[in-house]
Amino acid sequence: MKGEVVVSTVNRPWLDPGQTPFIKVQGVTKSFGPFVAVDNVDLDIYHGELFALLGGSGCGKTTLLRMMAGFETPTSGRIVIDGIDMTDVPPYERPVNMMFQSYALFPHMSVEQNVAYGLKRDGLPKGEIDERVDAMLSMVELSPLSKRKPHQLSGGQRQRVALARSLVKKPKVLLLDEPLAALDKRLREQTQYELMDLQDRLGITFVVVTHDQEEAMTLSTRIAVMDAGSFMQIGTPTEIYEYPESRLVADFIGSTNMFEGVVHQQDQEHVSVKVAELDADIKIEHSTAAADGSKVWVAVRPEKIILSPSKPDNTEINVLRGVVEDIGYYGNSSTYRIRLENGVIVQVTHPNQRRPKDGRHVAEWEQEVYVGWEPSSGVVLTK
Amino acid sequence: MQGKRSTFLVAMLSFGMAFLYIPMVLLVIYSFNKSKIVPIWGGFSTRWYKVLFESEDVWAAVSLSLKIAVVNATFATLLGALAGLALVRFGRFRGRTLFSGMITAPLVMPEVITGLSLLLFFIGLKGLIGWPERGFTTITIAHITFSMAYVAVIIQSRLAGMAQDLEEAAQDLGAKPFRVLTDITLPLLAPGMLAGWLLSFTLSLDDLVIASFTTGPGSTTLPILIYSRIRLGLRPDINALATIIIVVVTIGVVIFGWLMLRQAKQRERDMHIAAKS
Repeated sequence: MKGEVVVSTVNRPWLDPGQTPFIKVQGVTKSFGPFVAVDNVDLDIYHGELFALLGGSGCGKTTLLRMMAGFETPTSGRIVIDGIDMTDVPPYERPVNMMFQSYALFPHMSVEQNVAYGLKRDGLPKGEIDERVDAMLSMVELSPLSKRKPHQLSGGQRQRVALARSLVKKPKVLLLDEPLAALDKRLREQTQYELMDLQDRLGITFVVVTHDQEEAMTLSTRIAVMDAGSFMQIGTPTEIYEYPESRLVADFIGSTNMFEGVVHQQDQEHVSVKVAELDADIKIEHSTAAADGSKVWVAVRPEKIILSPSKPDNTEINVLRGVVEDIGYYGNSSTYRIRLENGVIVQVTHPNQRRPKDGRHVAEWEQEVYVGWEPSSGVVLTK
Repeated sequence: MQGKRSTFLVAMLSFGMAFLYIPMVLLVIYSFNKSKIVPIWGGFSTRWYKVLFESEDVWAAVSLSLKIAVVNATFATLLGALAGLALVRFGRFRGRTLFSGMITAPLVMPEVITGLSLLLFFIGLKGLIGWPERGFTTITIAHITFSMAYVAVIIQSRLAGMAQDLEEAAQDLGAKPFRVLTDITLPLLAPGMLAGWLLSFTLSLDDLVIASFTTGPGSTTLPILIYSRIRLGLRPDINALATIIIVVVTIGVVIFGWLMLRQAKQRERDMHIAAKS
């Protein structure tokens, strides 16, 4: 299914072999004493991308970002930005700006002075500085507050000052360290779209560090999932979510049902996995190479499982019988925890497309139900 | 509950306050005593203030003490700030723990020991290179050595609370390390340095022990003068001097407190503005 269709590479420069990467991270390692924060990683980021480094705390994502900014020097390896080796260039000489998680606004300077600081260091004439600062402040809609000090601003306003300050120098790359972490949920969603819009308009390459998978999925062109200093997988949000390459990625992004099993038989199109705990064979569409008899894991997303009160007629799909143990109602959807006959719990997400009749949803507590999914819905993982 | 406080608490408070302030109040009252013999009240008079103002010794001591205090505070703030910066911002270097331990040692060292060792050092140095003459120079150097330890501690705690990403942000925006120091670090350290300066100033003005060890002929600081006069018996003009010192200190504290209060209120108003917008 994958790879057969010819896709345009206009918005997917990483698929075009003729493109040169804008940022090249080559075999970069960073260790602090005996602790290896970033372990021999290679990464190509293309011009105009909004690239996300995603991972839990301590996975090395921030260290990698700080190396791009120049605050840390790699123990080994090289970092090239726009064809120039930046490995040993100090931060104040890099064509890169960073937006800090804490925003790091200078408390003793006004909004205007904060934004102008970088331009002043470049020794630009006063007229040009004023002009660019004004333009930037009006872009982030902060012109009326230009004389205020940072502590006189709300969290969202501070975030916009930080953004304006890091963009005013027109950097080749903007690095963002958890840009939305300090905002409340509503503001975060709104700012997310503003960031994407801004990136689109300015055409600057963005590299975002985040621990929030939802943020990474909605914002970015591509995501690198990091763990223990290495990349687990690099790909578009869809690739990462629909075709995770390892249990770790499948688990980290969204929720998933994971079954351990053994490859039982396979033909041209399908793999059959014998899952001991389910006491059943699961049929999956071929995607990963695995030898007969080898140990694999089958991952199925909860929203890809169909829940029905009666046994489905379709014999092509995988069907299991169970009892509803718990229901989590989210409004737009509900999550059902189904206890199968052998005690295994399966999570199913069901959209609440219709209003419930007499307050009854598709299934109730303790109701006997069937769960099923198509062979194309599951993924076979070998690691 | 309102208006009904525990009698025990009220008693404790009154006792504590009395313990702190009755001696000072007595001192102030006796400074207006007409009688030459301190403990005997001979009526109200300001004659001892007149005596005091006409005494050249006292003025010389006040001026010496102030000079030492200013020079000490300035140098101690500079050196202490540098030491504090080094301790916080250099990261890990060989002997860091030893250095930080050594810099705070003067805080806990008995003053007599500090005074004695400095005296020995100055005598030795004088024998070797003919400098320094004991007096203003030696007292000032001695005061700087212990004052800078206090400043270093203040600066260290202030820097530790000041997020390093402000300095990194400045670098990121194109400021070279020295620019970062002058544009960001020093302005943000200014309140800490002012506090350090004031503390050093008071420590120096207050010091009797170390000054006694390191002073030379003819260099009498105010504490030394007061102490040496008291040794010959209580004197009413010293009471007057002490009263003046109390008044000056009180005015200073009140002004400082008022400024702090005003700043706190301003901050509160700013927060309010930020919350509303």
